[in-house]
Amino acid sequence: MSDEHRPVEDWATDYDIFDPDYVKEPGPVWDDLRQRCPIAHTKRWGGSFMATRYEDVQQLVRMTPELSSRSPTIVPPSPELREEMIAEVKAYGSENPPITADPPEHKPYKQLILPFFTPKATDSYRAFTEDLCNTLIDGLVDKGQCDAAAEYAQQIPPRVIARILGIDPARGAEFTEWTQGVLELGQTNPELRTKYRRIIRDFFAELVAHRRENPSDDVVSTLIAAEVEGEALSDHSIIGICNLLLVAGIDTTWSSIGAALWHFAGHPEDRRRMVREPDLFPTAIEELLRFYGPVMMGRRILEPVTIAGTELTPGEKLILNFPAANRDPEVFDRADEVVLDRERNRHVAFGIGIHRCAGSNLARMEMDVALRTWFERIPEFELSDPDAVTWAGGQVRGPRSIPVRY
Amino acid sequence: MRIRVDSEKCEGHNRCKALAAELFDLDDLGYASAVAEGVVPPGAEDQARLAVSNCPEFAIEIVED
Ligand code: HEM
Ligand code: SF4
Repeated sequence: MSDEHRPVEDWATDYDIFDPDYVKEPGPVWDDLRQRCPIAHTKRWGGSFMATRYEDVQQLVRMTPELSSRSPTIVPPSPELREEMIAEVKAYGSENPPITADPPEHKPYKQLILPFFTPKATDSYRAFTEDLCNTLIDGLVDKGQCDAAAEYAQQIPPRVIARILGIDPARGAEFTEWTQGVLELGQTNPELRTKYRRIIRDFFAELVAHRRENPSDDVVSTLIAAEVEGEALSDHSIIGICNLLLVAGIDTTWSSIGAALWHFAGHPEDRRRMVREPDLFPTAIEELLRFYGPVMMGRRILEPVTIAGTELTPGEKLILNFPAANRDPEVFDRADEVVLDRERNRHVAFGIGIHRCAGSNLARMEMDVALRTWFERIPEFELSDPDAVTWAGGQVRGPRSIPVRY
Repeated sequence: MRIRVDSEKCEGHNRCKALAAELFDLDDLGYASAVAEGVVPPGAEDQARLAVSNCPEFAIEIVED
């Protein structure tokens, strides 16, 4: 795939979502595309179109059945894995519902998982998250320096979701490795993607078998007892849902917490303001989600549709670039600045339409607890080596190493 | 002032409830509706406007000023 890493000459016709400079600072490319070519195209990574304007993204999420969620990853799997997945979908239905399901199949699956992620439900995991964050800081505070991404942000989401799924939070590091294997590294490495998909599915196959014998009141047991259209869910579906719930909230939330800490480490004015005005956290978190929104989603184009004068051709993918939409100056004043007390903020970091992130309340709670706890215990901190900061990119963008001192 | 949540458009982002807790109810799945038939008590008008301008689905509207 080395050819995929040729330098980009024209972003409108040949963009590369893995280009290292773009991953570090994508804003200028988005601004250019929004003005010049709002629906860009590339032949790289399987071929895709990319929407960068808020208005276009708002329209595109509603264009079903032409644009399908059946394969929402941007880079297609290897031909072998693709064959395997198509055969399984034929036999058992959608791979990871609801994220891989289209209407009308989507709704009942979404409704099954939403009760676990309402504001009330997520509040019940707040005390666990506070303890977790405090324990992490206990191990860091006296060191005077740490990697705020690897030693803090990364440690939180896998343990919280493990706790919710009734699996062992102490295995958090493994869950992170699996998620990175199937998503972050798996995007451009088909062997890793296949390998970790298998590991995750086998793990949940065992768990489902165990819960069938020993039911409790946890998520897995609820899924086992549930019915969709009067029929019990197949093991294949239950495993797929659990797989989704495990991986969807790990590198995404970790990216958001990390990006927020990176921002404050590099912007002392903003950091001091949060120390002075902690009541600003809810508003500031929305603004950080707007500005550093980590997630872009793919759709498969099944039938031709026209958007902003461009015809999307079947067979390729469409990228819904939510982070770029969030910086559209048509919608946001001072779109290219972080405005911590921004009052009007219709950002789309969690997607929009029927696939709105089912974990958005949980992610917000985790960000709130992670940032408040850090600020209470380490109010003064700065980047110790700005050049050593690294970012992961592609479908989920966020910092992976943030050396800070305090 | 009166507000209305279009249940066809609401996708449960919970921005309204977070910003104006007294004006909205959430159902068991997290979808919103306006309390008291949408009547906004005096003094809560700004909160109502805030909710409107933070709903990413454009699901809330002010039906009467
Ligand atoms: C800041 C962190 C997060 C961000 C930015 C984020 C972003 C997104 C986005 C953009 C979508 C839309 C997908 C689409 O349109 O195809 C989505 C869907 C989803 N997310 Fe998240 N997510 C985050 C955290 C979480 C967490 C913590 C969970 C917990 C389990 C989660 C679970 C899901 C699920 C289940 C879906 C599928 C919903 C559906 O298809 O109806 N996410 N997320
Ligand atoms: S902010 Fe909008 S979409 Fe979200 S719950 Fe309220 S009305 Fe529904």
